[in-house]
Amino acid sequence: MTATLRINAIACEAHGLCAELLPELIRLDDWGYPILDESEVPPDLIGLARRTVDACPTLAVLLDED
Amino acid sequence: MATARDPGHQGLPRLLAGLEPGGAAMTLARHQAIHGPLPRVPAHQLIEEVERSGLRGRGGADFPTARKLRAVAGRRRVGAVVVNGSETEPASAKDRLLLARLPHLVLDGAVLAAEAVGASRVIVKVGEEAHDAVQALEGAVAVREDGRVRIGIVMGPEGYVTGEESAVVHYLNAGVAKPVFVPPRPFERGVGGRPSLIQNPETLAQLALVARFGSAWYRELGTVADPGSALVTITGAVRAPGVYELAFGTTMSDLLAAAGGPAEPLQALLVGGYFGTWVEASQAVRLRLARQDLRSVGCSLGSGVLIALGESACGLHESARVVSYLAEQSAGQCGPCVYGLRAVADAVGALAGGVAHSTERDRVLRWCSEIRGRGACHHPDGAVRFVESTLRVFAGDVDSHRRGRCGARPAGLPLGGSAVRAPGAVLS
Repeated sequence: MTATLRINAIACEAHGLCAELLPELIRLDDWGYPILDESEVPPDLIGLARRTVDACPTLAVLLDED
Repeated sequence: MATARDPGHQGLPRLLAGLEPGGAAMTLARHQAIHGPLPRVPAHQLIEEVERSGLRGRGGADFPTARKLRAVAGRRRVGAVVVNGSETEPASAKDRLLLARLPHLVLDGAVLAAEAVGASRVIVKVGEEAHDAVQALEGAVAVREDGRVRIGIVMGPEGYVTGEESAVVHYLNAGVAKPVFVPPRPFERGVGGRPSLIQNPETLAQLALVARFGSAWYRELGTVADPGSALVTITGAVRAPGVYELAFGTTMSDLLAAAGGPAEPLQALLVGGYFGTWVEASQAVRLRLARQDLRSVGCSLGSGVLIALGESACGLHESARVVSYLAEQSAGQCGPCVYGLRAVADAVGALAGGVAHSTERDRVLRWCSEIRGRGACHHPDGAVRFVESTLRVFAGDVDSHRRGRCGARPAGLPLGGSAVRAPGAVLS
């Protein structure tokens, strides 16, 4: 099973919660928008990744699990 | 598949065959006298022939046309074939030329593509400022009696990103000419929510000829890897700017010669338009119009734009203007594009103005690598590719500007409605 993170850049309003909750995979650029250096989520971070998806105020973080 | 050939269809021009100087659209009678009537081709046969021809999309993405046809043809309840005539690249004039002067060739391709994918209608989307194209299309639709597929014409607003595939569909569906978050892509959910084929006018015009004369004929020009001919808009420091039809494999040097040759010694060529890359002239002139050659220097043909920069101009100043334009042209939806491109544009402006800190160049390059891939569409990707090549090719200018030296004249690269866009200025 692989899990992949995506950011809906149109929905994102730079609240920055994702980088707080998942700094292992997400950092912020100079304007506060998220940068995904690695979109594939390691198994031990999937729980946190799901929490991050739920926490985003604009529902801009997507986790594709299959 | 019809493979009958007549002497009129050997060599060049192909698409532009019979084009007369002056601005009038080719009549249906003359179009059919030159190319023959619109054939009927079974769907699978047309797609196979297009596949054998090696035809690739000419809107900039360079995607194999047969694969795109198949992606839609395999689906249920197919919506429309959209002729994407937006041509929002400021320096490009080829699509408008085709629509305004050879509308039947493009419509032939659209009708054939619609039949191949099972679409019941064709929508031609053109920029609202392209009056000649709209007039020619309306006239062409009115006299076509085949009645095989319904054809509609839709005018849309100007703007660099309005021609992006998902923006075109968004405009047709909801009146908003801005890209959307994909997937789903238009071939999955397009016009009216149905699978749709979005194609560039030149691609469809080429398809109309492949359907008539076959893939073997198509491959008589060009190379094995890059078969056929292409429309190239050549502008900047050349004697006869315009749209030219040339075979793939032609060298840049011969492309420039087709446009009357350089108007002065050249320092660089911008290959692929404003989403393209600068290449130093000495290196560029030896390149062939072929994907492998272009890839070797990090560029692609894009939408077929070649801009020559003379030695008297300042590449850094010209590029700063272009980057600023690209930043303004953001749809304003994605943070990395809105804030990132603005910051990059300001920084390149500061480098050109000689007022930037010595570390600014490195910061711009970091921003570029961070911005890439983070917009809903590829607008920011194209812009940062342009910036990276600017800083590479004009690195010496960055240093000399810091020391306050630049004696260049403005070259006035086209931004927005330019001289090249006047389709009268054309041709070979």
